Amino acid sequence: MRFWRKVLAITWKDVLSEFRTREIIFSVLVFTLLVIVIFNFAFGGGQNTIQMVAPGMLWITFTFAGVLSLNRSFIIEKEEGCLEGLMVCPVSREGIYLGKMLASLLFMLSVEVVALPIFAILFNLDISFQLIVITLLTTVGFVAVGVLFSALAINTKAREMVLPLLFLPIVVPLIIAAVEGSGLALSGESWGEIASWLQIIGAFDAIFLVVSFWVFSYAIEE
Amino acid sequence: MKENHIFRMALLGLTTIAMVVTMYLIFIWVPTEYEMGVIQRIFYLHVPLAWLAFLAFFLVFIGSVMYLWKRQEKWDVLAHSSAEVGVAFTTLFLITGIIWAKPVWGVWWTWDARLTAALVLWLMYLAYLIIRPYTADEQRGARFAAIVGIVGFIDVPIVALAISLWRTQHPSAVIFEGGLESSMLATLLVSLVAFTLLYWLLLTLRIAIRKDEVELKRLKELRD
Repeated sequence: MRFWRKVLAITWKDVLSEFRTREIIFSVLVFTLLVIVIFNFAFGGGQNTIQMVAPGMLWITFTFAGVLSLNRSFIIEKEEGCLEGLMVCPVSREGIYLGKMLASLLFMLSVEVVALPIFAILFNLDISFQLIVITLLTTVGFVAVGVLFSALAINTKAREMVLPLLFLPIVVPLIIAAVEGSGLALSGESWGEIASWLQIIGAFDAIFLVVSFWVFSYAIEE
Repeated sequence: MKENHIFRMALLGLTTIAMVVTMYLIFIWVPTEYEMGVIQRIFYLHVPLAWLAFLAFFLVFIGSVMYLWKRQEKWDVLAHSSAEVGVAFTTLFLITGIIWAKPVWGVWWTWDARLTAALVLWLMYLAYLIIRPYTADEQRGARFAAIVGIVGFIDVPIVALAISLWRTQHPSAVIFEGGLESSMLATLLVSLVAFTLLYWLLLTLRIAIRKDEVELKRLKELRD
């Protein structure tokens, strides 16, 4: 119980600083909208084309938005020596991981809650409950590995350049499953059709929550 | 030191003999496959390369776990050297796949399940090698690389699963229907042994070079 109170305190710290600085959610949201608009020009306007490329468009947008916001969440800690402060706190490294993970999850979901309806309106698509579940579970997987790698990337010389290099190859199975699953969900398929993709996303989430939780302490050792 | 040298020379001799025998089997002894013709002989290189790519990255995983656990430099040297050799073999696997695909499927690249998985693996371990020079001190670099090595290896089965599921939704090409003929199987097995010896040789050489590098650095620091 005390462990979770500490975890939530770290999450709350991030939420509070986000409310005061508005550095992450707002700018990532604007970025997301820009990408969607640019995709519209890249693929032309026909409804048939849109139907075909919509799931890919959606997940490229969310993946890059995720890289952007995950990077930000640790750059803020690195400036002004916040990370050192966090590490001398009486919280285990695992607690720091969970706290940062929940905060990043919250930020990404807030972006998606706004971006998904806009996406649907602009491209004339129907959001089903299935699509919402896929988005939610995929985002969990993104932040599970993303927080680990951004803690690692921030301690390298190239900083934000390193995160996508590590993050993108690892999340390949997530992106495949999310794109295929969303494609089925957008064309109104039932749960049975989507189940195998959901299983891959679920397995990825479970495995990498455990692995990242376990190796995170090695990423911010000193 | 001297014993190591003798061991390496013996390994070099053994690998050379095995390679010559393998080449003889592949290019002269084994019969040409009926449907694909001569190009099918690339199979005897392609499959061992795939096995080595996997073996190399398995050793990266072992080395990474042991390094984080024991903090002995030798485990990091093993993981790092194996990753370098592994990337080289994975590159060759991809290249032989591309050369094979063109005459058989008519295109250089088809996003075939195995080739795609190998490509993702290749990118993952490129990241493993890239992270090291980006870090300020060597121990931190080794630690970060170990994390990437562990996460990457655990990811491999999920990547393979997702890609094969993804491919079954699209038309895919069949390489072999039915079993292998016994002479073909024998050639493949000899080739597997020869290439595994080659991997072992390259790995020991790379580790020896790493040790020399460390020794040189130490001597330089002594002089300064």
